[in-house]
Amino acid sequence: MQALYSAPETLIRTPSHYCPGCGHGIAHRLLAEIIDEWGIRGKTIGLAPVGCSVLAYNYLDIDMCEAAHGRPPAIATGIKRVHPDNVVFTYQGDGDLAAIGMAEIVHAASRAENITVIFINNAIYGMTNGQLAPTTLLNQRTTTTPEGRNPLTHGYPIRICELLATLEGASFLARTSLSSPKDVLQTKEALKKGFKTQIEKKGFSLIEVLAPCPVYWRMSPVESLKFIEEKMTQTFPLGVFKDWEKTVSAPGGQATKV
Amino acid sequence: MKSSNNKKHLLTGNEAAAEAAILAGCRHYYGYPITPQNELINHMAIRMPQVGGTFLQAESEIAAVYMAYGGAAAGARVMTSSSGPGISLMQEGISYLAGSELPCVIVNVQRGGPGLGDISPSQADYFQAVKGGGHGDYHNIVLAPASVQEIADLVYDAFDLADRYRNPVMLLGDAQLGQMMEPVEFRKTPRTHQAVKRWALTGAEGRARNIVKSFYPVKGELEAFNIRLQRKYRAIEQEEVRYEEVNTQGAEIILVAYGTCARICKEAIRRASGTGLQIGLLRPITLWPFPKEPLRRLAKKARAFCVVEMSAGQMVEDVRLAVLDRCPVHFYGRMGGGVPSSREILKKVLNILAPEGTLELEIPEIPTELGKGLYFSTIP
Ligand SMILES: Cc1ncc(C[n+]2csc(CCOP(=O)(O)OP(=O)(O)O)c2C)c(N)n1
Ligand code: SF4
Ligand SMILES: [Mg+2]
Repeated sequence: MQALYSAPETLIRTPSHYCPGCGHGIAHRLLAEIIDEWGIRGKTIGLAPVGCSVLAYNYLDIDMCEAAHGRPPAIATGIKRVHPDNVVFTYQGDGDLAAIGMAEIVHAASRAENITVIFINNAIYGMTNGQLAPTTLLNQRTTTTPEGRNPLTHGYPIRICELLATLEGASFLARTSLSSPKDVLQTKEALKKGFKTQIEKKGFSLIEVLAPCPVYWRMSPVESLKFIEEKMTQTFPLGVFKDWEKTVSAPGGQATKV
Repeated sequence: MKSSNNKKHLLTGNEAAAEAAILAGCRHYYGYPITPQNELINHMAIRMPQVGGTFLQAESEIAAVYMAYGGAAAGARVMTSSSGPGISLMQEGISYLAGSELPCVIVNVQRGGPGLGDISPSQADYFQAVKGGGHGDYHNIVLAPASVQEIADLVYDAFDLADRYRNPVMLLGDAQLGQMMEPVEFRKTPRTHQAVKRWALTGAEGRARNIVKSFYPVKGELEAFNIRLQRKYRAIEQEEVRYEEVNTQGAEIILVAYGTCARICKEAIRRASGTGLQIGLLRPITLWPFPKEPLRRLAKKARAFCVVEMSAGQMVEDVRLAVLDRCPVHFYGRMGGGVPSSREILKKVLNILAPEGTLELEIPEIPTELGKGLYFSTIP
């Protein structure tokens, strides 16, 4: 009998510390699949900062570097400048990338730093028990916005792809989601494109992945997927915002569908 | 400039630090402009491309220290530099470097503080440098040069020490040392030993993967790691203490000072020679590990110590801890950019020997060939 579907080699078989229905596990698996399919395990270096995925190195059998909160793009820069022919990626949450690490991500993009950023947008601080994130939706309840996010006091959600699309240094920017099997496959394609961008030395690539955090959204895993499709994509439209191969550049939120 | 000849060059301390780093095999420098270390970053911007290295002006000192962290994790010799406010911003990263056991050389060209302070020489970052500065139980190895030549020499050693112990090494200078020009000779073949870094991130081709981290969430693991770190620190304390003694044989008063202040103390000693005053100097070259044993030895014979610093009194605490009650420890300091003069130091010494003011001394002027408007004698 032939196995049609099996776990990727690069994915370490160990009990997961993620909550049921969490998006991180799916994203890890996609990464591991690509690393296997492209045979790049021996030259890939990953960075996981604090956040629920700080233990990503428990699951991915590659050289990995832990990072301080928000600093993966700077650390990845240091690594990539030493090993320009390796594949270097960061795996960052929304608090990490869009709050404390905003300067680092903007400047890595503006330098056209030849790295790939996987940006897990779950609109919440998962690791620290569900506080407001820069990407938290308006009216969304979090532990620090118990009445819901109010733009007058908490400001508006930040759209990272749209923001970075204004920078010449960004070569590939896409937003995908993990809310359905089709979306998961599109996420994988976008991740591949990100790695391709880097391997062909085309500069900075970032894939923003809308991911569920059922625990701090206070929803069931199934409700969480519905929330992404019906609510999150309203604020964060899916699509490609920049593509060096197609010269797609759509600042201001007008994304081209993948 | 051509770096491999052994002629004397006239350079600022900052330029000498940069050039010595390149000679020591550093090919990755990350920095952010701040006075009084700008000659260093500017020199790196010119020289790194010439030697095929990386120079990157980061978006902040936070980014700079983490770029250095990345380079170190990738196995390269890396350097960053800053002063005052910038070094403060780097503290989280320095703690991470120590926690991940990454070798990195950090130059702090101290300026006056707190806050924005000013850009004149200071030694008020001593606590920050030697006690940790960031969070957690860790130590930087801290080297304190006192001349441009010594800056060059200690930069080589800084890279070796960083590699050998997988630990951040801070070169603690100040605005005076960084910006003044002196002749410097670079070692023709720098005695540097680049370690084989099997732990480095290079891609796991043909080997088990490497992980660089400082996170130990499993109960007990972090304590075990800390115990191992402390063992390393004890070994460094055993092996790496460096200091210089001047005139300590038979000295009544022993000055204790590092860097710029040590040079001024040497001038004070020269000015006192022939006056009957017996003054010696202990100059720590490593501020961490601190030369406790030599101080204890001297405490048996000397009448008193006098610690001279450009601070409100920071190193003096370590001197007191070293000698305990065996010998009185006095302090003379200037703050906020103030630099003690040799005359002030001699006055303080007289005051220690005769607090009631009965001891008067004609303090000879600085010999003109030494003076020339500098605070320093040229004794190396
Ligand atoms: C300097 C610093 N500040 C705060 C923290 C605490 N902290 C850890 S993870 C985190 C937020 C994580 O949120 P996100 O990046 O969105 O990742 P998620 O857990 O949602 O995947 C915070 C604030 C820290 N580790 N370091
Ligand atoms: S808290 Fe949220 S992001 Fe973190 S593991 Fe649980 S579901 Fe995932
Ligand atoms: Mg998050």
